[in-house]
Amino acid sequence: MLTLTVSLYHYLILSAVLFGIGLFGVLSKKNAISVLICIELMLNAININLVAFNKYMTPGDFVGQLFAIFVITVAAAEVGVGLAIIIAIYRNKLSVNLDDFDWLKW
Amino acid sequence: MVEFALHNAWLVPLLPALAFVIIIFLTKPWPALSGLVSVGGMLTSCFFASLAAYGVFTNHKYAEEPLVYATRWFSAGDLKIDVGIQLDPTSAMMIFMVTLVSSLIFIYATGYMKGDPGYSVFFSYLALFGSSMLLLVLSSNLLQMFVAWELVGLCSYLLIGFYTHKISAREAAKKAFVTCRVADFGLLLGILSLQIVFGTLNLTELAEKINNFDQYTTMGMMTLMAVLVFIGPIGKSGQFPLHVWLPDAMEGPTPVSALIHAATMVVAGVYLVGRMMFLFHEVPSAMELVAITGAFTALFAASIAITQREIKRILAYSTVSQLGYMMLALGVGSLTASMFHLWTHAFFKALMFLGAGSVLHALHDKADVWKMGGLIKKMPITGYTFMIGCLAIAGIPPFAGFWSKDEILLAAFDNGNYVLFTMAAITAFMTAFYMWRLFFLAFMGEEKAENHPHESPWNMTLPLVVLAFFATVGGLVGTPWAPVWGEWIFFGHPHHVEPNYLIMVGSVVLGMAGIYLAYTLYLADKEKARAHALAKQYRFLHNLSFNKFYIDEIYLWFNHSIVDGAARLFYLFDIYVVDGILINGIAAFTRLSGEGLRVAQTGRLQNYALVFFLGVLALAVVLAFTDPATAFGLMTGGAK
Repeated sequence: MLTLTVSLYHYLILSAVLFGIGLFGVLSKKNAISVLICIELMLNAININLVAFNKYMTPGDFVGQLFAIFVITVAAAEVGVGLAIIIAIYRNKLSVNLDDFDWLKW
Repeated sequence: MVEFALHNAWLVPLLPALAFVIIIFLTKPWPALSGLVSVGGMLTSCFFASLAAYGVFTNHKYAEEPLVYATRWFSAGDLKIDVGIQLDPTSAMMIFMVTLVSSLIFIYATGYMKGDPGYSVFFSYLALFGSSMLLLVLSSNLLQMFVAWELVGLCSYLLIGFYTHKISAREAAKKAFVTCRVADFGLLLGILSLQIVFGTLNLTELAEKINNFDQYTTMGMMTLMAVLVFIGPIGKSGQFPLHVWLPDAMEGPTPVSALIHAATMVVAGVYLVGRMMFLFHEVPSAMELVAITGAFTALFAASIAITQREIKRILAYSTVSQLGYMMLALGVGSLTASMFHLWTHAFFKALMFLGAGSVLHALHDKADVWKMGGLIKKMPITGYTFMIGCLAIAGIPPFAGFWSKDEILLAAFDNGNYVLFTMAAITAFMTAFYMWRLFFLAFMGEEKAENHPHESPWNMTLPLVVLAFFATVGGLVGTPWAPVWGEWIFFGHPHHVEPNYLIMVGSVVLGMAGIYLAYTLYLADKEKARAHALAKQYRFLHNLSFNKFYIDEIYLWFNHSIVDGAARLFYLFDIYVVDGILINGIAAFTRLSGEGLRVAQTGRLQNYALVFFLGVLALAVVLAFTDPATAFGLMTGGAK
């Protein structure tokens, strides 16, 4: 009978895969909404890391979870601000394609 | 009253300065009034100076311990600069002489400059000139002295170039200013090093500290400082090789020449060396330098004066020569003799310059002595007073120049340096020769028909008569039998000399021989045939002397080839290296790198994010290869 113990490494690998998917999405997606979603993915990969480290490294303390809660809060605020910016840009440019958003160049 | 003058000697330089301000700001439109203000200021100043001098010369304690009062000018940390008055017999003699001679020259100038469009301005400059010199003389502090020294230089520039329409005057003014500036730089360095080494510039404190300089510095440093300080006087007092400006300074109006050559300006250098005697006295090599420079200048200038034709140029070279005498006296350690000659020279040289001005005035600026002749008949006062001046400078007793020149010869002889003594003696002979050559050619002999000379007005002849009086009796204060002068003006301890009849008779014989030679060549010989023949026979020497040993030409050549050549080199360096590489090169590099880098600024967030990611990745890779353990630890949070 194959026994499968879930160790820290499993969590880390899961989180790394999630982070990689998110990063790929951030770098490659043209739709601004998709990029925001991918950023959420990356943040949540981090959250998994934090909670996993807390469970395996310092089980007695509550620090990892606390950090994760902070990250969730900040992520919520970030999505709020990000969507507001995207809507504002959309009203001006009638587009959510990131390739059109290059006004900061020289 | 005497006490008041003694303790308020600052009035002496202040009054002419006040005259300067009044003329510039108030009375400029009224020439006669301006002249009056200037003369009045100087005469009042002369009155106070006489009182102060009387006060000093009736109280022998001032000869041992100068009267100094000063106030703090400014201080910064350890640097404390005072400004004040130092009255001792030397400076008292100087203020008396300067104010007296200046007053006479000012009075003379009211006649000489009559009708000149710049009359008011001229008198304001004259007043400032006198004031600066008096400030220099009375300074208790070297920095204060230096300020006055530069003021004197400025005024000389303004006055030499007073005839701004004459190119030669402008050139002469520039030459005087630049030459003196070159020398002043040395003096400034000397003053700075004195301040750095001894921490004070007050003359009395400096004298005390230099007295035992071992505690502060080495002999080498002392020599350096003395030489640096001496460079200033070389320029100001027209010593070789910076004498070139002085003969050209006659381009200014004649009263200015008289003022520069007699009372102010050139004697400032001699006076400074005299004031700094405590420094030079400690450094035998510097003393030797002073003596050799002086003796050489005396001989050198005299040999030029022999062949010059312009009346003021002859006088100018005689000034250079006499200043050399004074330097020689200082160099052999006799402050007494030097100051004595300065005193007598001021009178007879002012007299002769003013006489020359009177001649030029009468002949409408015809300056060549060969074209004059017989002037004494039409201009008796000018002629006879000029003769007194010539007698004085030739060293014929009992005229003033005899006593002081004798004193210098004696000082050189007693010093034991017979080469210097011989040079001084030859100079004495030559001086008598060229001055009487001038006199015989200009004032004696046949009258030239084309000249219509006339005697000058009273305000020009009166100063001549007064100066002639002083040129006659001025030397009697320092005869070897009653050495009043040495009792008062000395360095170290009172100066007493035994009358040396050999030197006395010798110098008279030399003077008489010079006069006789001039007589045979230029007066007895109507056609001047022998003089011309001699000039032809020794053509090389004559040309050398007539062209002033080509010193000006050498300087010009030096300027054109070396200075301009170096300038051309630096110009190229500037254009190609400084401008080309350093300035434009750096600018081009900045611009080009900007051009290149701006391509990276796409404005697209995803590009930037990719760069961040690649950067982190690169860091991670580097860390993984260089320090795998740490990298693993970071990745796993330190888990085993």
